[in-house]
Amino acid sequence: METIKINIDNKNIEVAKGTTILQAARNNGIHIPTLCYLNLEDMHIENKPGGCRVCVVEVQGRKNLAPACATECLEGMVIKTHSVRALNARRTVVELILSDHPADCLVCAKSGNCELQTLAQDLGIRQITYKGAQSTYRKDTSPSIIRDIDKCVMCRRCETMCNTIQTVGALSAINRGFEAVVAPAFEQNLIKSPCTFCGQCVAVCPTGALTEVDHTPQLIRDLADPTKTVVVQTAPAVRVALGEEFGMSAGSIVTGKMAAALREIGFNYVFDTDFAADLTIMEEGTELLGRLSKFLNGDKDVKLPILTSCCPAWVNFFEHYFPEMRDIPSTSRSPQQMFGAIAKNYFAKKIGVDRKDLVVVSVMPCLAKKYECGRDEFKTDGDPDVNYSISTRELAHLIKQANIDFAKLDEEDFDNPLGESTGAAVIFGTTGGVIEAAVRTAYELFTGKQLQKIDFEELRGLENVRSATIDFNGLPINIGIAHGLGNARKLLESVKKGECQFHAIEIMACPGGCIAGGGQPLHHGNADVIKARHAAIYQEDHDKPIRKSHENPYITKLYEEFLGKPCGELSHHLLHTHYFDKSKVEIKVK
Amino acid sequence: MSTIKITLRNSDVEQLKQICKNFNNDPGELINVLHGAQGLFGYLPAEVQELVAEELHISVAKVYGVVTFYSFFTMKPKGKHPISICLGTACYVRGAEKILEETKKQLKIEVGGTTPDGNFSLSCLRCVGACGLAPVMIVGDKTYGRVTPDRVKEILAEFND
Repeated sequence: METIKINIDNKNIEVAKGTTILQAARNNGIHIPTLCYLNLEDMHIENKPGGCRVCVVEVQGRKNLAPACATECLEGMVIKTHSVRALNARRTVVELILSDHPADCLVCAKSGNCELQTLAQDLGIRQITYKGAQSTYRKDTSPSIIRDIDKCVMCRRCETMCNTIQTVGALSAINRGFEAVVAPAFEQNLIKSPCTFCGQCVAVCPTGALTEVDHTPQLIRDLADPTKTVVVQTAPAVRVALGEEFGMSAGSIVTGKMAAALREIGFNYVFDTDFAADLTIMEEGTELLGRLSKFLNGDKDVKLPILTSCCPAWVNFFEHYFPEMRDIPSTSRSPQQMFGAIAKNYFAKKIGVDRKDLVVVSVMPCLAKKYECGRDEFKTDGDPDVNYSISTRELAHLIKQANIDFAKLDEEDFDNPLGESTGAAVIFGTTGGVIEAAVRTAYELFTGKQLQKIDFEELRGLENVRSATIDFNGLPINIGIAHGLGNARKLLESVKKGECQFHAIEIMACPGGCIAGGGQPLHHGNADVIKARHAAIYQEDHDKPIRKSHENPYITKLYEEFLGKPCGELSHHLLHTHYFDKSKVEIKVK
Repeated sequence: MSTIKITLRNSDVEQLKQICKNFNNDPGELINVLHGAQGLFGYLPAEVQELVAEELHISVAKVYGVVTFYSFFTMKPKGKHPISICLGTACYVRGAEKILEETKKQLKIEVGGTTPDGNFSLSCLRCVGACGLAPVMIVGDKTYGRVTPDRVKEILAEFND
C-alpha cells in the first residue's frame, strides 16, 4: 500500500494514498464536523456531494479553504482544521443554513437527535446574524413519512438512499439556487410517487425534514379507553436497538425490559411478533416445500425461486417495478399481519372480546409497516387487523412519557399464547435470518431428519448479495439473499434473465435488514451501530432454548386448536395475501 | 411549477421514442433528449417527461429535476406565435424595456407567460446579433427592428387570427 506523509493540526501522520482529509482526521482522533457527508463503509453507502461546506479546513499554500470530505491528502500537505479562518467560514456556513431554517426546535420531532442542532450547539452559535428569505413549502404527509421540506438543508442524503442505494427513484433534487429542494416528480405527494416507504431517507435525514407519522397520540387515547383491550406485538429487531434510546450501547439486548415497560405503559397483553414469525415459517416453509416437490415431480410451470414476502417495502417495490413477477413471491403475509389476523380472529374470541374492541398495536423497526397495516386487504369490514404500527423511536418516546426509568426495570416475559417464540423467529430481524429460519424448518420437514448443526453461517453476513447451497439430504438447494432494494433489483433482474438458478431468495428492503430499518434509533452514519445490532440478533437466537419454528409448542397448539394445517383453508384465508400491479399508469395513447 | 397533463398522440410517442433512440437511450444524454423533445412539442409536459424517463430507464423525479434546473426547459406551452424581446446591451439602451412593458400591457401577461387563447407567449433574450436594428422584437420567425412602443399594438395585430 502506497502511503503519504501529511501534517494535520501539528501532528505528523502517514496515510494511504487516496485518503481524504476527513478520513485521515477521523482515523487520528480529530473530529471535523460534517453535515451532508455520510459514509456507512461496510454497507457500501456513501453520500459525498461536498455541498454543505461545513467541513472546510485550511490547507497551507492553497488559496481557498478545502472541503475535507472531498479533498484527497497529498504528500507533504499541512492542514489546519481549526484555524481562525476555517472556524469563521464554518460558522458563517452554519449561520446561513440556520437563517433559512424554521426555529421551532422545541417542538420539532427531531429535537435532541438533529445533526444541525448539534452542529449549532458545538459551534456555540447563539444568534443568527443573517436575515433573509425563508422557504415556505407545503407539508406532505403520507401514511408513513412526513416531508417538512422547510427543514431541508439540501444534504441530498435522502436522494442518495432513494436513488443510488434503493433504486426507487421517488426523490430527486429539483429547481435551482434558493428554490432547490428534494421532492418527488412534479412536486407531487409521496403517495403518488413510486415510494416504497422503506424509510431509508428518514434514517439518514440530518434534520426534521423527513420524519415518521406519529401514531402515539391515538394509541394513548385507546390505552385510556376502558372499553378497549389493547394488545402489543414487538418485532425482533426492536429488542436489539431500543436500549440505544436510553443511553445503552448499541447491540444491548433489552427484550425483558421492553416487555416490562410495555406492561407498565398499560398494554393489556404484551405479545411478540416473533410468535408470528414462527407462524410465517410454517406457512412459507410449507409453500416452499410444496413448490419444490412439484418441481421435483417434473412440473415445468411451478414458480421457482420462491421469494420471501415479509418485508412490506419490498412488496411495494415489486408491485411497482416487477408487477409481471408478482406470482413468484410467497403469498404468506408478513409476521405483523399474521399476528394481527390471529389476534383479531383467534385470540379475541378466546378472551371473549369483539374484534372491534381489540386494538392491535405493533412496534416495528420499520416505517413501511405503517403503510402495510392500512392496506385494504388486511381489513375486515373496515376494521384493520393491526390498528397502529409505531416505530422503535416512537416506543422510546412512549416509555419516556410514561415516566419509566427504563434502565432500572426488572426483566419480564411476554404473555402467552402469542408471546412464545424460537431463535428462528429472532433472526428475522437481520439480513439472511428469514431464509435461515426457513431452512431450519424446511430441512427437517423435507428430510425427516434432525439438523446436526442449527447455525447456517454460510447464510449470514452483511455482503450485499449472497448465495449458498444447502444440502437437503443429497438435494442441493440454492439460496439467494439480497438486502437493500438496489441489490434486490440486481438479483431479480438476473432471475428474470434466467442467469441464476435459485430455489429460494430472501429479500429485505433496508441495507442490513430490519436492524437498520427506517424506524430504528438513528445510526448517524455509524456502521458499527448496525454491526452491533446484527451480532446481538444472533446472540439472542443462540440463547433461546428452542431454535426451530416448527418446535414452538404454541404454534403446534394454534394449528391443533384453530388453523388445522399449514397452507390449509383457514390459513389461506387468514395468513396469505395477493399482490397488485402498481406500476405507473400506461401513457394514454389517442 | 404546475403540471400540465396532455394526451400524447400515437405519432408523438413514436417521434419521441425516436429522439431517445437517436441518443442510444443513454441516460447520460438526458439533456440532449429533452432539448429534442422541447423542439418537437414546444414545451415539456409531464407525459413527455414520463415517457423520456421510461425510455432512458431513469426515474421521472430525475427527469423533472433536470427540467426544473435549466431555465431553457419549460413545462408551459408556448403560444402559437412566440414573442422574444431582445434585452441585449444595444437594444436595452435604445429602449427595449419600454417595448417589453408595452407588450406585457397589450397582452396582459408576464415574461414566461402565454395568453389564455394560446396565441402569444412572451420571453426575453440577450442579443440576436442585429444590434444595428435595435431595439429588436421577434414574433415567430419574423424580426422587427427600430421598434417603438406605439408600434407594438400594430405588430401584434398582424398575428391576431
